[in-house]
Amino acid sequence: MGSRSFLSRLREGDEIARMVTFLFAASVVIVTLLLVFELWQGSVLARHKFGFHFFTTSVWDPIFDQFGAWPFIYGTLVTAGVSLAIAVPLGIGAAIFLAELAPARLSDSLEFFIDLLAAVPSVIYGLLGVFIVVPLMRDWLQPALKSSLGFLPLFQGPAYGVGFLTAGIVLAIMVIPYIISVSREVLLSVPRDQREAALSLGSTRWEATWKVVVPFARGGIMGSIFLALARALGETMAVTMVIGNNPIVSASLFSPGYSIAAVIANELTEATSNLHYQSLIELGLVLFLLTFVLNGLARLLIVATSQRGAGMGNS
Amino acid sequence: MNARLRWRKFVSGFMLTMTGVCALISVSVLFFILGYLVYHGGTSISWNFFTKLPSPVGETGGGMANAIVGSGKLLLLATLFGVPIGFFGAIYLAEFSGSTTAFIVRYAADLLNGVPSIVIGIFAYALAVLPFKHFSTLAGGFALGLMMIPITLRSTEEFLRGVPNSLREAAMALGASKSKTIATVIVPAAYRGILTAILLAFARVAGETAPLLFTAFGNRFWSNGWNQPTASLPAMIYNYAISPYDDWHRQAWAAGLVLLGLILIINIVARAILSRGIAVPRA
Repeated sequence: MGSRSFLSRLREGDEIARMVTFLFAASVVIVTLLLVFELWQGSVLARHKFGFHFFTTSVWDPIFDQFGAWPFIYGTLVTAGVSLAIAVPLGIGAAIFLAELAPARLSDSLEFFIDLLAAVPSVIYGLLGVFIVVPLMRDWLQPALKSSLGFLPLFQGPAYGVGFLTAGIVLAIMVIPYIISVSREVLLSVPRDQREAALSLGSTRWEATWKVVVPFARGGIMGSIFLALARALGETMAVTMVIGNNPIVSASLFSPGYSIAAVIANELTEATSNLHYQSLIELGLVLFLLTFVLNGLARLLIVATSQRGAGMGNS
Repeated sequence: MNARLRWRKFVSGFMLTMTGVCALISVSVLFFILGYLVYHGGTSISWNFFTKLPSPVGETGGGMANAIVGSGKLLLLATLFGVPIGFFGAIYLAEFSGSTTAFIVRYAADLLNGVPSIVIGIFAYALAVLPFKHFSTLAGGFALGLMMIPITLRSTEEFLRGVPNSLREAAMALGASKSKTIATVIVPAAYRGILTAILLAFARVAGETAPLLFTAFGNRFWSNGWNQPTASLPAMIYNYAISPYDDWHRQAWAAGLVLLGLILIINIVARAILSRGIAVPRA
């Protein structure tokens, strides 16, 4: 191959194919860099004017050009936190069932449904959120929580239906498939001898799972949680439809709130001033950086855990 | 059997049952969603839904013909923009590139894949809407196409790499040039996988709403050509669901049923194509 001249390879089309496909591959990198550049450059005014105070102040006032993002950041973190509190135990439990207990055929067909669930678009979750979850919350779950756990500041105040808790629950439903698929995959990569060793030492099936298999896969499971968190932080439509869109910082989960993605969705096309527009882009930049870090961490953890399983003689 | 062992066995049985309950709850959510959509959407869907324009506020009836056509146009543009970049980029990665270039491109694609859709919307707005000072179908197609690139690229590369090296070597040994080998041996060997990847990418962006709010915007009438704002099914669902009108709510359910049905069917078909089986590992 090496002895053939550049010209003869060109005539056979190899060099052309190489160059053309390279252009396509390079354009992926260029588009990504352009996206980062646009976010950075587009928020320069807001970054210089507000500095770090942008993240700590709570006044969002387009009329007087004052922009503080704390209520949106708070809403994003609280809803993501609520969603993980629900989705992590449920998702990991289901993953353990699929990987350790269910026969392969049952596990595969359930995984098929889980994959379909992951394909449901977020606006559909929002639709069900608005018409099913919100009335359920208002008429049933929130009054029940209030009468049983109402002494906690988390569950006080009027039950509107919309708010942090509702958004968190809808998000939880959305991220569970991600936790299940990735955790199941990681649990399946744990070498068989680990299980057998634990069982032969006299542990029960659950002890072998919980004290040996799950710790072995801990890194990958953490990775799946980070993936879910990244998705919950960036989720727009479903949250916008059920969070109440009101920039309130409140300890109560019943209170309506606002999230970063929701405020961008609602205000970007209607930004009244350049500073308003740039502040929204800065919020987009924050969202981008958060998901960038979380996705990177998740990928590292998942790959490291799967390789650890493979390194111990598991195919 | 002493008490301690009995207790341990009880805990084991109990916790394992609980994991089964977790799995049951998670999977049943899908059937709840489908059930509700079929129940509410099925009663609201009618022939008019597919053939009529949205009726003016306050008048019942009307349909979403413009949104269905709009979604089709947006997805066509997205496919034309996203799939070639992903496909040819993947060929470069799998067949031509050195490891450093491949790492950079893959890294960029993974980064792009993780970007929240609302941020893709901001980017498309800044790049394809602001300079022209109007929303357009083109801008919407661009935003959705961006989201198709990383999915197509990563899975196509995976499937190309799954083609056994012996096939490459056999073609080369017969004197075929590299480009000829790729076009006539490698891509055909991996075509099921590649088709699946494209279909899944298509299904994923078919339901995207957030990037469309800033780009295709929405339209209550027909959108002529490619340069006007256009309605789309996901954006219609959003607007109708948060509206105060009962009739619009019914239409939102109908649109949800149509959209979800389309997406689930594409997903199932894509997986069926893949599982019809060839010697290529699953992505």
